[in-house]
Amino acid sequence: MSQRSTPADVSFNLTVGAIAIVAILILIGPVLIVIATSFTTTQALRFPPPGLSLRWYGELFDPVRSAPIHTAALNSVWVAGWATVIGSVLSVLAALAITRVARPSARALEASFLSPLVLPTLSYGLAALMFFSVMGIRPSLNLLIAGHLVVIAPFVFRTTLASLTQLDPALLEASANLGASRFYSFRRITLPLIAPGIAAGAFLAFIASMDNVPVSLFLSTARTSMLPIRMWGMMESTLDVRIAAIAGVLIVATLVLMVVMDRLTGLTRRMSA
Amino acid sequence: MAAAAATTGAAPAGDKVDWRLATPLGLTYLVFFAAPFLILLGISFYADAEQTRLGLDSWLKFYTDRFYLKVIWDTLKLGIFAVIATTLLAYPLALVYRAASPTWQRVLLFIILMPLLTSVVIRTFAWIVILAREGVVNQTLMGLGLTATPLNLLQTELGLVIALTQIEMPLMLLPLLTIMNQMDQNLVDASRALGASKWRTFFRVILPLTLPGWIAGATLVFASATTAFISQSVIGGARLVYLPSLIWQQSMVVYNWPFAAVASLTLLFTVLAGIMALSWLGRFARTT
Repeated sequence: MSQRSTPADVSFNLTVGAIAIVAILILIGPVLIVIATSFTTTQALRFPPPGLSLRWYGELFDPVRSAPIHTAALNSVWVAGWATVIGSVLSVLAALAITRVARPSARALEASFLSPLVLPTLSYGLAALMFFSVMGIRPSLNLLIAGHLVVIAPFVFRTTLASLTQLDPALLEASANLGASRFYSFRRITLPLIAPGIAAGAFLAFIASMDNVPVSLFLSTARTSMLPIRMWGMMESTLDVRIAAIAGVLIVATLVLMVVMDRLTGLTRRMSA
Repeated sequence: MAAAAATTGAAPAGDKVDWRLATPLGLTYLVFFAAPFLILLGISFYADAEQTRLGLDSWLKFYTDRFYLKVIWDTLKLGIFAVIATTLLAYPLALVYRAASPTWQRVLLFIILMPLLTSVVIRTFAWIVILAREGVVNQTLMGLGLTATPLNLLQTELGLVIALTQIEMPLMLLPLLTIMNQMDQNLVDASRALGASKWRTFFRVILPLTLPGWIAGATLVFASATTAFISQSVIGGARLVYLPSLIWQQSMVVYNWPFAAVASLTLLFTVLAGIMALSWLGRFARTT
């Protein structure tokens, strides 16, 4: 900038710069510290670790001693997978119905489909437990899929709706004028163009389900344990270093997924624009 | 084919056929989302834990007891603190992001998204490692000779707010970055060219223009911080009671479902009140 910098401007730049550095440290510091801690040699959660080893990863992958963790992780993946698939199909259909409809009822429907994003899901978790109990339905993984489904569907609904609004209606008109049926136009034009949006939403939905506490807290039982709830249990009783190892595995898995999704769908761009 | 083209061509976008596509998700929400909340409301009108007789006893017990009123207030306060802390840190970072080159923007975006995609339980766990008696903060402070005995940061409101700030900050940053990218640089340049300092430009131009993004972010942070059960119970410990831990304790430990339902609806109202206050603030700011 060509303007001379006044003392006020210098103080502004210094303040903003200093706080931004603190913000960055606060954002990534904890993640890095957990990863470093997971390689410790000792029983204690010390940072910096006194020595480095793969001891706790060995413990974590031990099929006998860590069997409950493995069961919980598989349950979580199963529930997240099904909830994401079913939630995505329902959300894409709903987004197709609502897009470009200016009627107030469509806006109301849109708001209610998005409401689980801001309403306290913990209240919903308890409500779901009471609902299933009043209906006399026994806890199972299917109930967890239903509960997660409602909470994570809005992620797909939102990204799909955003992709649909960017879709040029002239393309569909041209397709129809050339004699294509509605379904054919959808399959050959709409779907390929909104697919990255759907995929980005599905990725966020899957992560949200894997990470879900408020619903699983009430709907999971000893027989249908979920990974975040089991980790919470491990944190409450003894501070088991295996939690740090789980963190390491999850962080690496998320990173890999994130890079792949970014290549396929422009995920990071989509989340900030 | 010709008939199909005719009907498609004649039908405006969003005709009756399209509407039916919303039915599956709508029904799913009715059965698995709306119905449970109705049941929750119904159960709150049982007078006793055994659910044998109807009455307003659970509601009265909750809203006449100072302890429970303080729990509501503490939960609200926690949400407000989290919004203030994330705002103070997120705005400068968003300004730096705006001024950064495309390469640095990608790096920053990655740094911001990384914690968001890391499990909440793990982020909470990280703060235990940092805030514990032999944790990073205490070791640093003692190493620098700033304190002789380790500070007790876990099970304090301060520790919880610090942890929630990191846990919720991406929710504030993403809408802020979006709106900063959309902001017209000419307005900022004009303010500077007319002789306004950077401070003045920030408070008089950038802040008002980015307010809708802040409101979106603040809503998410508030809703998320007030319901962050794991962070509240693990970092706050048993001494600090917030609505989520009260709900969990009453429903899963004490088995007083009517009372848990009242607490649960209170959490819902608290979050809704916060959201409405924020959107009112947005409308108020736009008209003045």
